[in-house]
Amino acid sequence: MSESIVTPPVNGGTAKVSKISEAVIRFAGNSQDGIQAIGGFLARLAGRSEQEVMTFMTIPATISGGPSIFQVRIGSGEVLSAGDEADVLVAFYPHSYEEHIGALRKGGIVLYDSDHVQPNPEWEKQYRHVAVPITSRTVEAIGGTAKDKGKNIFTLGLVAKMFDLNVPKLERLISERFGGKDESVVRSAMSAFHAGYGYSLGEVLETFQFREPARKDRQQVVMTGNEALAYGLIAAGIRFGAAYPITPWSEVMEILRRELPKYGGTFVQCEDEIASACMAIGAGWAGRVAVTGSSGPGISLKGEAIGWAVMAEVPLVVCDIQRGGPATGLPTNVEQSDLNIACYGGHGDSPRVVIAPVGVEDCFYTAIEAVNIARKYSVPVIILSDQSIATRIEAMEEPKLEKLCQDLTPDLSAVADYTPYPLDGTVTPRLAAGTPILSGKYPISTGLEHDEGGHPSGAPKMHLQMTARRRRKLQTLAAQLPQPQVYGPPEGNILLLGWGSTQGPIREAVDRARAAGDSVSALNLRHLNPLPPGLENIFAGFNHVLVVEANDEGIYGYGQLAGILRARFCLPKIIGLNKTDGLTWRVGEILERVKSDVAAGLRRL
Amino acid sequence: MNDTAIQVPQRGNITSVPPATPPDAPRQPLTKKELSADHPTWCPGCGDFAVLALYFKLVEKRKLWHEKIATVAGIGCSSRFPYFVQAHGAHFIHGRALPFASGISLSRPDLHVFVFGGDGDAYSIGGNHLTHTARKNIKMTYVVMDNWVYGLTKKQTSPTSPLGFKSKTDGSGAIDQPINPMKQLIAAGASFVARATHTNPNHLLQMMEAAMDHDGFSVIECLSECVEFYEGAFDASNPRKGGKFETVPASHDVTDEVAAYKLADAPFPGYFGVFYKSGRPTKNALEAKINADARLKVAGKKDWEILQATFDRLK
Repeated sequence: MSESIVTPPVNGGTAKVSKISEAVIRFAGNSQDGIQAIGGFLARLAGRSEQEVMTFMTIPATISGGPSIFQVRIGSGEVLSAGDEADVLVAFYPHSYEEHIGALRKGGIVLYDSDHVQPNPEWEKQYRHVAVPITSRTVEAIGGTAKDKGKNIFTLGLVAKMFDLNVPKLERLISERFGGKDESVVRSAMSAFHAGYGYSLGEVLETFQFREPARKDRQQVVMTGNEALAYGLIAAGIRFGAAYPITPWSEVMEILRRELPKYGGTFVQCEDEIASACMAIGAGWAGRVAVTGSSGPGISLKGEAIGWAVMAEVPLVVCDIQRGGPATGLPTNVEQSDLNIACYGGHGDSPRVVIAPVGVEDCFYTAIEAVNIARKYSVPVIILSDQSIATRIEAMEEPKLEKLCQDLTPDLSAVADYTPYPLDGTVTPRLAAGTPILSGKYPISTGLEHDEGGHPSGAPKMHLQMTARRRRKLQTLAAQLPQPQVYGPPEGNILLLGWGSTQGPIREAVDRARAAGDSVSALNLRHLNPLPPGLENIFAGFNHVLVVEANDEGIYGYGQLAGILRARFCLPKIIGLNKTDGLTWRVGEILERVKSDVAAGLRRL
Repeated sequence: MNDTAIQVPQRGNITSVPPATPPDAPRQPLTKKELSADHPTWCPGCGDFAVLALYFKLVEKRKLWHEKIATVAGIGCSSRFPYFVQAHGAHFIHGRALPFASGISLSRPDLHVFVFGGDGDAYSIGGNHLTHTARKNIKMTYVVMDNWVYGLTKKQTSPTSPLGFKSKTDGSGAIDQPINPMKQLIAAGASFVARATHTNPNHLLQMMEAAMDHDGFSVIECLSECVEFYEGAFDASNPRKGGKFETVPASHDVTDEVAAYKLADAPFPGYFGVFYKSGRPTKNALEAKINADARLKVAGKKDWEILQATFDRLK
């Protein structure tokens, strides 16, 4: 519903219908109000209506209660980010109103619970205020005791009316969601929904209708990044995993613990992070690549074991759902500050693969890619997701599961002989334990430097050759990686370069800058270690390479990826664009920062 | 998007050959020669030689095959063990052999998992894993070669070094209360806890067999002398050195946890034999039950169809 799309009528009068192509709605309340559920319903509805959807949520780190928000952006076209400014703010409490009014665009609509919120006369001049006694109307609809529980569904009804959403589809979603529970729960939810839907906003508000989206080839599925990652791992053939709970990774392990038994697999909750890495490596050693995961603090603890997997050449997939650090840091916020530990957080020279998914859908495919790289090169692969991808809900095209699902049951048929660490440069997959070797010579997997058969050797030449062997595997992989594609023209003034979850806002920033006549393109890297081929040529086409990262600018003025790229390409035109407020990059923020750098004489636009 | 996925053939460049003998054909037991790999690097006179020799004997006597055993160790003198055994083996990181072995045990029910290590691995750096592997009762056999000293790093205090033991880290004698391994193991919930010593091979072999036959986490605390850094530590348990080798009294009820705990309280040399044994279900069995129940609900479906059903609910 951003500026170019709809101009709200100033006259009150009778209900009017406006066509819109997208809307950003922010719900602000407390975490126990179930506002995530409203967002979930809207996201799922959008998915079923072939609309694009992206959500953004913050959950407090406290155990129960505390302010919580959920923002949903629904569009008929491509939605790249959760939206900078909200078109509609739904505020349940005075604190929700006061803290989030700033997130609303000027002239936007604030729908507030008039049972709790007293509107500010100053703000009433800038935003359209709509008072709804949400609390008392919900009590009226479903009875006195359950008021806190039903407010979210009442509000869903309000929003459904306001945006002319498909009621039968929403009713079906509500009954699916509460279907497993007592009949009265579904009934209450329906009553709350219809009370909200029936509440007359007609006097003060028009109805907004989404334009029909372009038809999609395939059906959409709607899920969070953590769900996409977990299901991607299952599709890839992972049947064993081990981990220790930590926010925001826990959801992945909960899903795998629940789902893997259906596939004959096992997920173990371990005593600690170290044990979980070791257990996954043990299972990988036994014949089938396994997964462990965590967030930053846990990744630090897994470091020694990952080093062993590098040395012994055992496949392993490690998921790092990044949050703010160091130490306990910001457990429920986003940061991209684990890139260095992912690439270099090992003792000794321990080359490992690092891949960062760029969004929810990519989490699914990255999981499969990571598993296959780990298998092919017998190497640990770290998937660097982050809190923002993990918790947001997006609609994605349904993957072709029949084609994508892999069976990784180990082949235990006999072999004549087996050399685990050949020095002739061949990449040898791990031979599963249980395989008869007819030569009678069995391999040892070891963390000591070793010869081709795995027997300890401290010979200078051997360490030199084996170190090179481990490094060359990554060089071989690098040569096979696809060259990344520039978003926008391949030559120009500024290249905005990002990795992982910043892809959406960066691309949207490019769209806006180009619409304003600026020469800006973007590149988003998924493969971070090794880097993909062809970057030199891409960089050559631009005057400035601005590396947009959600991490600190560091002692020398550039973030973690910028540091790696500067070391790799020796280009002074690679400059950092960093922030560490624990929030996702907003489109406007990127553009402002680019412009302020220009004003400061760092570069010209 | 999916074009970037790297397709990997099942075993890459490894070629299969027909097996030497049909899977069910009778096979001769493996000989010591067939089982020996690298020459042991232990000091002459080290107690660990006895454990290795008896492991070979166990494999031979119980007709286990190369490919069916997994020999795992952490770090330490005794943890060099897998190099000396001709079988799929892993020399893992310090203190973490148990979680590594758990990954094998829980994902490969067809393998016999044996873990070897020392007192540092078991009771110090890996103490937490010992507790939780015991608590979870993950099926494997663990032989702790306890020499009361850190040998590989050349004489530092170990968690089992007695009070007053002079080491490079306790010049005037150890001041930290040593761990009582038997009490620790019983309290952690290990479902098979036995004590043995390298100087009584017949008894040790008996314990190894009983441990292997136990369906659960079986641990043998085996005294294994370090002749280099703690010579004579266990003389009091060795009749040939004037000591006393006393087995667990016949009247002892191995299912009585409190009685086992009391046995463990006896001053050195104490008792040798099985202190405690419990038939409680393994994690392996409990997980298999969860899987069987879950599989019942998706019977006849291919993996991708199971995932498809989940995705259908996400529409």
